Amino acid sequence: MPEPTVILDATAIQRALTRIAHEIAERNEASTEVVLVGIPVGGDHLAARLAKILSGIWNHAVPVGILDVTMHRDDLDSRAAPTVHPTDIPFDVNGKTVVLVDDVLFSGRTTRAAMDALNDYGRPKKIQLAVLIDRGHRDLPIKADFIGKNVPTSLDEKISLRLTEADATQDEVILKKT
Amino acid sequence: MSWHRKHLLDIESLTAEEILTVLDTARGFKAVGKRAIKKVPALRGKTVVNLFVEPSTRTRTSFELAAIRLSADVINFTTEASSLKKGETLKDTARNLEALNSDFIIIRHSASGAPHFLSRALDAHVINAGDGAHEHPTQALLDAFTIREKKGRIAGLNVTILGDILYSRVARSDIWALTKLGAKVTLCGPSTLVPKTFEKMGCRVTHNVDEAIRDADIINLLRIQHERQRKTMFPSIGEYTQLFGLNKARLAKIKPDALIMHPGPINRGVEIDSELADSNRSVILEQVTNGLAVRMAVLFLVNGGKVPPETAA
Repeated sequence: MPEPTVILDATAIQRALTRIAHEIAERNEASTEVVLVGIPVGGDHLAARLAKILSGIWNHAVPVGILDVTMHRDDLDSRAAPTVHPTDIPFDVNGKTVVLVDDVLFSGRTTRAAMDALNDYGRPKKIQLAVLIDRGHRDLPIKADFIGKNVPTSLDEKISLRLTEADATQDEVILKKT
Repeated sequence: MSWHRKHLLDIESLTAEEILTVLDTARGFKAVGKRAIKKVPALRGKTVVNLFVEPSTRTRTSFELAAIRLSADVINFTTEASSLKKGETLKDTARNLEALNSDFIIIRHSASGAPHFLSRALDAHVINAGDGAHEHPTQALLDAFTIREKKGRIAGLNVTILGDILYSRVARSDIWALTKLGAKVTLCGPSTLVPKTFEKMGCRVTHNVDEAIRDADIINLLRIQHERQRKTMFPSIGEYTQLFGLNKARLAKIKPDALIMHPGPINRGVEIDSELADSNRSVILEQVTNGLAVRMAVLFLVNGGKVPPETAA
């Protein structure tokens, strides 16, 4: 069994988030139109951290929501029921630029489900996608706008993350062979 | 998160963890009801049959709406309009419904064990919506959900179930669910309707209402099930109300933060004063709202349960 590799440690995660936040700011001049929506588990913490960095760049608060996508998944018939997390979008998404935030981009199916789920809340002006890790192997024509790190992987590898909402020092992203 | 069951037949066979999985899942589904678009595609293309061989309005409507909000198609099947009246057996009726490619059969039946029987005869997911005086699992789950939402916990709470326990499937399911989750359950009512044998289920049994409600955090009232009583179990309704009905005088003696629950239908002026049923102590209508969320969660979870419970790890 090969040793698991640490892809990102706490410092590298924070650095990646800071860079993503600046890229979001650069891409979206109308800062008051931008809202962040994290996909649990993982994306919700990252969204909260990105919002904190962005509010520092823009000097105003950036709204953050949580969007559970389990009810919109396309694999519900072929697996045990996934854990349903509460959705909390405390703002109107109509006309906004919604930045979806997820931890790992893999098949793209979670992102597809997220875009469908978001539709039920209104019609955003734009949807952008920010991920901490892009590990490749897409099943759908989906591409991230903001990427923390590209990690070429094989299908038998597993990426696990330890993330906290505070900028904790124990955070890390690990790559394991299964 | 642990749910591998294909059916929901009773509470007795569930673990505390499985019960909590339903409650956690229901929390997500409750939020769906508050959105502008109250519908998710989780069961799109599935067919749900409401097979109600015993009359029911609220449970049937609740299951129907739950299925609709999950984007399933629903057909309602009631005894009055069915071939069961013409002498067809339950098994044949159910197999005919299954031959129409139904994926879920929600059954209410006057015979205890009818859902278990169907689950062995059919490939469809079977959900018990009340079988005789045996169990009414989704009612217990929504009661537990409501208690946890209101009180923040279930373990350590004193829950008093007051009324017709003997003939109540709600009482049995509630007792299983609440004791598994660590509540202390007290049963109270006329001795003919609350036999001491219930102590074997881990409850306290008393026939003194003041004693039963004094320390209660939750008072769950049950209706007298006239339709199931084969002989008169107490002298009169008036006497029952006098001795066991919840009224203002009794309310003054209970904990200030105690909640009043009732699975419905309420008989106003019998087990509860009309005014109390509408007071802020009562969470009766919230139970109805939560019932919808819990039933959505149950449909969602059993849909993912492909492994029969006997072989599930």
